[in-house]
Order: sequence, then structure tokens, then C-alpha cells
Amino acid sequence: MKKSKLLTLITLIMATALLAVGCGKSVADKNISTRVEEEKSITWGVKSDLRLVGLLNIKDNKLEGFEVDLAKALTKRMYGDDVKVNFVPVTSNTRMALLKNGNIDALVATMTILPERKKVVDFSDSYFTAGQTIIVKKGSKITNPQELVAGTKVIGLQGSNSVQNIKKVAPLSQVLELPDAAQAFSALQSGQADAMTSDNVMLYGLVSDNPNYQLAGKPFTTEEYGIAVNKGQKDILNKINKTLAAMKKDGSYNKLLLKWFGQIPGFKVGDVQ
Amino acid sequence: MIEIFQTYTAEFMQGMGMTIFSSLLAFAGSIILGLVCALFEISPIKPLKIIGTVYVEIFRNIPLLVVTMFFYIVIPKYVMPMSGFSAGTIGLTIYTSAFFAEVIKAGINSVPTGQWEAARSNGMTYLQAMHHIVFPQAVRIIIPPLGNQTITLVKNSSVLAFVAGFDLMYQANQISSITFQQVPTYFIVGILYLIITMPLSYLMRHLENKLEV
Repeated sequence: MKKSKLLTLITLIMATALLAVGCGKSVADKNISTRVEEEKSITWGVKSDLRLVGLLNIKDNKLEGFEVDLAKALTKRMYGDDVKVNFVPVTSNTRMALLKNGNIDALVATMTILPERKKVVDFSDSYFTAGQTIIVKKGSKITNPQELVAGTKVIGLQGSNSVQNIKKVAPLSQVLELPDAAQAFSALQSGQADAMTSDNVMLYGLVSDNPNYQLAGKPFTTEEYGIAVNKGQKDILNKINKTLAAMKKDGSYNKLLLKWFGQIPGFKVGDVQ
Repeated sequence: MIEIFQTYTAEFMQGMGMTIFSSLLAFAGSIILGLVCALFEISPIKPLKIIGTVYVEIFRNIPLLVVTMFFYIVIPKYVMPMSGFSAGTIGLTIYTSAFFAEVIKAGINSVPTGQWEAARSNGMTYLQAMHHIVFPQAVRIIIPPLGNQTITLVKNSSVLAFVAGFDLMYQANQISSITFQQVPTYFIVGILYLIITMPLSYLMRHLENKLEV
């Protein structure tokens, strides 16, 4: 008697779990565009730890940044003012899983469009061209990465491919590899090297906090960021692409870029578009 | 593993050279600084005693990495430029000298006071007694722990990797980040460190036997 009760309980729990899993799946498979129109709510996955791009402001607990504003602007144009915009902070490790299981409807989280990712999700047109670049102290003689000649030093991050990339652009410059961005930037400030190299998105954040440093030259690698949605969500993808193109055309996209990155010395809108 | 070693022989050898060079410099510096500090610590002159004790207590109790980062980040910012190699070696020297000082002090203190008294009552000055009577006896006691500290010094020189000092560990980090072959790379590095430290161990044992400790 007791045994059979336990069995019933276990079966019940498992059935509920299965139901929940089933629901998640159906959410991800449902046409998101129609669902957003019906429910008047959309959920975007954004970064929460990247200054100027997507950062959780600890004072008021709100997400802010270029990608957050872009998501808001896109939603407004696609579905109107009365749609509620929800944000879910994601990391590079969690974003794919959260999109796949239907927790978020679309991802705008510094995700580079890569062939192997295209097999799993669909990408919009590129909305931002990230790339590797260098920062130097204001007043430095170096104005672009090619001027890192013999006798100069450049700091890179250990284990990142940016170290290999800078060696191709400035083969004679000595590369110093340091363990993390904070230490690398401290070393640059202490005059251990003439420049520091990394992705422009990360460098923007550093420079915006430290006005004595500036970007030097154009990015010399390109990584196209795209908005990701689940496979088969053609409706929302088309809407995103159309709206993105319209925003670029009427200048509101440029305005957004300038709002977040315009203050950075050395930033040019053309470099990231 | 052999393939990785063959491909990156030059990098490994450069790293090993830097590790040995830095260790030698730090060893020489630590011996001198450590001896001076030890003599200060046991000195009958009060201010010297305080200086020696404070120095040892400070640098023995701060992590090596912190001392090194101080010389890599703070000194170049406010005082003078300093490369990663210099910062690492100076940090290593200061840190190790505190331990050397303690070893030397303990060795000198272990010489029975009767020896001191005998020397002094024969008309020797403090320095003469130290030089001719006490120190030669202390050396035999100092050698084994000093050997241990020296081996630790060589291993601690891997701190240079954190300040781009181009030592063995730094090169290993670079090679493994290019090849993604962490296991063989660090295995090779381990062997190369052994090649440096094993002869040191044997040298110490030889000295111990010779001095019949």
C-alpha cells in the first residue's frame, strides 16, 4: 500500500517535470512574433557585465548600454510602444542554452556571427563590427597599430588570440602577455608598454573610465555581431532585419552609437558599422 | 610531447635561461641582504636591531606576488621605469632575503654563548668574535636550510610569468595558449624545472656531507 503511494507520487512528479519540459519546448517552437503581439511582452538576452554595451547598474539595478537601448528601440519599432520589454542577463556560456530552451526570445549579446553557431541559431544582419584595436596614452606618438615598430612594447592578454593577431600587424614590437585586463591596463598606466591591445568593445569600457587613454587607428580584425533567434523564427528575424536597416537609414542607429561611444577619444562610427 | 619540445625549443630554452639568470641574481642579492639583515637582527645596537627585525617581518609576511606587483606597477608609475624581469627579480630578492636572514640568524644564535664569552674574554671585539669564532661554526648549521630556501627561490621565480618576465613559466603559458596542448607543455616545464633544481639538491647534500652536519 505504502509502496504504491510512493510510486504514484514519483510518477506524478515525473509527469509534471515532463510537462514543464514540454512547455519549454513548445514556447521555443511557437512563432515568437505572433506570441509577442498576443502577449504584449518580449524577452531579450543581454550582457550585464560589459561597460557601455550591457551593464547592470548596481545603483538602481537596471541594465543599460548600447545593446539594451538597441533592443528597446527595435521592440518599439517592431511591435509598438505598449509591448513590455524584459531583459535577462546572459553570459557567453549561458546565452545559447537560454535561447534554446525558450527563456529568451532573442539575443543581443555581443555574439559574433560564426558558421558553427549558424547551425544552431539564426542570425540577423550584423549590427556592430567589433574588432581588435589598440589603446595608447593621450599624446602618444603612436596613432595606429602599424606604428608599433621595433623597440616598442605592446601589452596583450594571456591566452587570447589577440596576441597572435597583433604579432601579424606589428611583428617587430615586443608583446608582453599579462593575465587579465585589469592588470594589463595597470601595467600600461605604469608605462610598461606603449600600447595595449584587445577587442575594441572591451577597450571602449577601459577608455571611458580613463580619459587619459585613447584608441589609436582602425580595428585590424573584424567580428560581426548579430542578433540571434531560434531556428525557424523567420517572422521575427525578418522584422529585426527590416527594422535594423530602417534605423541605419534614418540615422537613429548612428545616434545610438554616438550616445554610448561618442565620448570615447578616437571612436569613429564608420569603424564599427 | 617531443613534438612540442622540438617546435618550441628556442622558447623553452630562452625561458629556462631567464629563470636561471633571475634565480642567480636573486640568490646573490638575497645572500648579501639576508646576511646584513641577520647581523642587524642580532646586533647589540638597538636601531639596527629594529631595522633588521622590521624588514624581515614585513617581507616574510607579504605574498611574493604582492611584492612583485608593487615593483611592476607602483614603482614605474611614481619612481622609475622597470621591466617585468627587473621587477620580478627584485621582488624575488627582497622576499627571499627575509627568509635567508631568518636562517642565518637562527644559525648564529645556535652557536653556544660560551663561544662568544670565550672569544670576548680573550680580548676580541664583537666583530672579530663574530668573524673568527661564531660565524664559521654557524655556517655548518646554516647550509642545509639555506639550500632548501634556494630551491624554493628557483621555484618562486615563476612569479616572473605574472609580470611578463619571459621566464620558463611565462613561455609555457604562451606555448600552451597557442597549441592548446596544456598537458604536454606543463609536463615539459616540470622536467625543465627539475633539471635546474635537482643538481641544486645534490650540491646541497654534498656540502652537508662535506661539512659533516
